Amino acid sequence: MKAASRIRLGVIAALVALLELMVRGGAISRRVLLAPSEMAADLVRLLAEGHYHGDIATTLADVLTAFAIALTAGFATGVAIHALPRLRRALEPLLATYYAVPFFAFYPVFIVILGVGRAPIVIVGVLFGVVAMIVATLNGLDRIPRVLRKTAKLMRMGRIATALRIELPAALPYLFTGIKLAIAYAFIGVIASEFILAAEGIGYRIAYAFNNFDNRTMYALMLFIVGLVTAVNAAFHVAETRLQRRLGR
Amino acid sequence: MRRAFDVVLLLAAIVALWQALHELAPIALSSPHETVAKLARMSQSERFRGHLAETGQAFALALAISTAGGVVFGVTLGLNRLGAQVADPILVSIYSLPKVTLYPVILLVFGLGMSAKVAFGALHGIIPIALFSMNAVRNVAPVYLKTARVLRLGYGESFRTVIVPAALPEIVSGVRIGFSLTLLGVLIGEMFASQRGLGFLLMNAIGRHDVETMMAVILLLATFATIANALLLWIDRRLHVRAAEAL
Repeated sequence: MKAASRIRLGVIAALVALLELMVRGGAISRRVLLAPSEMAADLVRLLAEGHYHGDIATTLADVLTAFAIALTAGFATGVAIHALPRLRRALEPLLATYYAVPFFAFYPVFIVILGVGRAPIVIVGVLFGVVAMIVATLNGLDRIPRVLRKTAKLMRMGRIATALRIELPAALPYLFTGIKLAIAYAFIGVIASEFILAAEGIGYRIAYAFNNFDNRTMYALMLFIVGLVTAVNAAFHVAETRLQRRLGR
Repeated sequence: MRRAFDVVLLLAAIVALWQALHELAPIALSSPHETVAKLARMSQSERFRGHLAETGQAFALALAISTAGGVVFGVTLGLNRLGAQVADPILVSIYSLPKVTLYPVILLVFGLGMSAKVAFGALHGIIPIALFSMNAVRNVAPVYLKTARVLRLGYGESFRTVIVPAALPEIVSGVRIGFSLTLLGVLIGEMFASQRGLGFLLMNAIGRHDVETMMAVILLLATFATIANALLLWIDRRLHVRAAEAL
């Protein structure tokens, strides 16, 4: 496994170096792509100048809001549906086909209802993430071993104590899958919406820079997003691995 | 029979909810009845058919590229243990990236038009298909591989008669997810910097506050996506049941 990570780093470094050489050597036109080192330098400069701090804050706040709503609403809905088997059976086809519907198509409708602003963007982020959380919650509650609930009964634990101390920890690994998807989807939903139509945010700034042939700003901001999202997803992945190791003890 | 009843019940609930939302805010949402009528009227017009054909063509091409590319790429990596270990985290992190950020790069490379949309759709679909195919080949039951060796099957023969059939159910699951994401990619591509296609129609309708057109296009897309997905899901489940019975 260690060897695999080393090779992976090597592959990525080689690709970046190849890109750098091709742009510097003129094999790729500078109108299309900039060298990775230039993108990084531009990003450092932009962050130091601070022009985009407001947009970064807006995007991050929207992502966090969408994530928090998707998480709580998804969990609550999942628990409710789990308690009502008849409703769950009726909803099953909807849950199975939900992600097939390209609901970015709904974004224009939200704009008509709520106007261009942050609300429709957060709604798209929530809609994107909430069903992943519902499905993960259902999955987690399904997989709680019967013996755990019996033990709780044997120890005469109350309903709330059982839920908090037995059921929640037992379902946690499955819930984590939903949490990871919800944060990734919140990023995708918010940034894609900003990109299509918005008045602020990093996605909007990238689209704006593209429309004004400002490749330097565009690539610097792109690098920022790619780095940020990769770091956040990696952090969740590490947390999940740790959790699994602790539970597997 | 009960499953079919459930689906009818669910559809009735969705239409009822839609009608209720329309009563609440008639300007923001057109009613189910109006939307269907509008869609029927639109499908008569020559211009709408042009947009529909454009999106359909872009989607078909993107899906063909992402399926062929994803399966070949994924199976190749899956056959090589180290290759799969190296590629897996890279593919997973590309999968959860907001790929729309990279759309300008594709536009700069391919220019405005059909090929950029196709490339963007294929970029969305190819990653999940590659991931699923790779893991499908990695997880082929060792018993099958041993049997192939005992029977002294050659490399090509064991690939064709053992590995591919054993991995097929999971590959189909990947194609189902790739299908949805490819459609999403093509539409996002059309919603930004495009002059043709259903995504362009949607964006164009915002400026004119034309809710009826918007809803009609969404209804068409949602119906198409749901039916195609249900079909793929059915194939997917049948293959999985057959594979479970074979073990």
